[in-house]
Amino acid sequence: MAATPLLELSGIDKSFGPVQVLHDVGLSVYPGEVTALVGDNGAGKSTLVKCVSGIYTIDSGTITFEGNPVAIHSPRDASALGIEVVYQDLALCDNLDIVQNMFLGREKKRGIVLDEPTMEQMAGDTLASLSVRTVKSLRQLVASLSGGQRQTVAIAKAVLWNSRIVILDEPTAALGVAQTAQVLELVRRLADNGLGVVLISHNMNDVFAVSDRIAALYLGRMAAQVKATDVTHSQVVELITAGRSGNIGLPPEKPSEFNGDVVDITPGGDQ
Amino acid sequence: MSTTTTTTAGGVKVVKPTVSSHIHDYWGRVRGGDLGSLPAVLGLIILCLIFGVARDTFFSSLNFANLFSQGAQYVFIAMGLVFVLLLGEIDLSAGFASGVCGAIMAILLTNHDWPWYGAIPAAMVTGIVIGFVLGFLVAKFGIPSFVVTLAAFLAFQGILLKLLGGGKNISINDTFVLKLANGNLSVAISWILTIIAIVGYAAAQLNQVRSRAARNLVTDPIGIVAMRIAGLAIVLLVATALLTQERSINPVLNSVKGVPIVAPIIAVFLVIWTFILSRTTYGRHVYAVGGNTEAARRAGIPVDRIRISVFVIGSFMASVGGILAVSRANSVDPNTGGSNILLYSVGAAVIGGTSLFGGKGKAINAVIGGAVITVIDNGMGLMGYSSGTKYIVTGLILLIAASVDALARRRAASTGNR
Repeated sequence: MAATPLLELSGIDKSFGPVQVLHDVGLSVYPGEVTALVGDNGAGKSTLVKCVSGIYTIDSGTITFEGNPVAIHSPRDASALGIEVVYQDLALCDNLDIVQNMFLGREKKRGIVLDEPTMEQMAGDTLASLSVRTVKSLRQLVASLSGGQRQTVAIAKAVLWNSRIVILDEPTAALGVAQTAQVLELVRRLADNGLGVVLISHNMNDVFAVSDRIAALYLGRMAAQVKATDVTHSQVVELITAGRSGNIGLPPEKPSEFNGDVVDITPGGDQ
Repeated sequence: MSTTTTTTAGGVKVVKPTVSSHIHDYWGRVRGGDLGSLPAVLGLIILCLIFGVARDTFFSSLNFANLFSQGAQYVFIAMGLVFVLLLGEIDLSAGFASGVCGAIMAILLTNHDWPWYGAIPAAMVTGIVIGFVLGFLVAKFGIPSFVVTLAAFLAFQGILLKLLGGGKNISINDTFVLKLANGNLSVAISWILTIIAIVGYAAAQLNQVRSRAARNLVTDPIGIVAMRIAGLAIVLLVATALLTQERSINPVLNSVKGVPIVAPIIAVFLVIWTFILSRTTYGRHVYAVGGNTEAARRAGIPVDRIRISVFVIGSFMASVGGILAVSRANSVDPNTGGSNILLYSVGAAVIGGTSLFGGKGKAINAVIGGAVITVIDNGMGLMGYSSGTKYIVTGLILLIAASVDALARRRAASTGNR
């Protein structure tokens, strides 16, 4: 296990108008590890990911990448650092084939002509490095692929650019049992190839199947970031639903202690 | 049948296609709803057989040559519409846009004594400006293209009337412009161009196979490539042989033979647009925006600029169509680009296999669809049917084409093949 985090967030605050969505959130992503980001609906998972990927800018806090503080203002900044996000809806074009989708917006050219052989070769290399052997042809239209294969293409698209960190938003949400297993295997392989992987998931089985670390968000706060081997299934569920479990998690019922001022969100008191 | 597996670079195992597996795959795609131009090609063959049997004159070289200038305007407008349709948009103003551009050219030629090399570019620039305005309104203001171009359809009709001073007819006598739609290449040049086209196509095909084979990538089986080249060669050679026959009614007085000049013009635009759509980043992005706008946006593709550009191409090709229409008629009148021209052009694109739902279509669709429309128009004319019957039949064919598109799409959705 690597000692220094690849990406480290600390003290991230983010508000939309009067609503503060993230309070003093910290998160560390290590190379070669899968960090699961869990939390109930509205806990701030997506907002956090969008802050990292440059879609939202943070209000305060620091982002460190390989030990150097960085500012991420746009998706372009995030890509430049090697941070890629695979969104839930995958963003693939059905009418294009696998290679065309993987290079969409970043096509290789020779003069003014598309350099198809190079692109196909690179796509083949990437898929092979992920040990993908389930496609019939790289020139198959994405429309003819199964859900799991589409997910694979979307992930391969994200790792094609020597990415350092891949963030996956609910990659198994719409998949069957066999395909879920395939995708999880792929997620594991990404980490084994040395990438930092952030896996957002609601499914505890998936989380325990592949993650090294689990970060639980609770109402916009990071309840705990623990090693997957140190906690049980039910402890994680408690962290998600109550923000604490035994001696890990947020301190009980004293919200004012978090950052000194009165916080309007009290667990269970939002009536 | 041997299924040798080959490895693409990197090690993803794929099956090396043989001639029979390639044909089998193609049939599988067709069954899965990816029809392409197949229905139009079959329809064209059937229509030609019907008309050929019913009237001997249909297959005469005179009539065959006629088809080119008759269909040119539809084909050019349809080629531009393919781009617009690829984004799932529509341009209802293309017909009258072509009329306005044709009128600009005619006015400059006749009333202002401009040379053709000034008047033709002026007409084309007019088309580009029209397309830019339409595209800007659609892309930046978010007005549905149907409404924008319907408004433009009415407005351009008015502009055309105004340009022609309330409905006068402006005739042209510039020999260059008149030749575009009415002239023929000499027999020698006809054959030379035909050979160049065949050799060029063969070189492009073989070069593609060679560059892929050099990288150890899967190539189309050489048998299929040979069949494609042979197919094109046969069609072009037969057509050229037919068109280089003497077709004048009175050869002693006035010899008429050679490929109509409009044919290579169509071919040049076909090659240009096919190249742009299939070999350039821009073309790739057009398909991407048509297939999934949101995915294209996230991939960093300037969606608005692409949307404006397809309308520019659409109206530019309409201007080319207008120039050819004016050339063919020797004049421009308030109905140039009017009546059924727009609908025939949309019909040509759709019959040729361009999807009305966006994301699917090629430049060749416009040519094949345009040929179908022209053959119906021409053949039924020869058989002496009235305009009424012609419209009804054309309408039915368009309806069939649109149904094929919709049904193929539904079938594709159920087989997961688009």
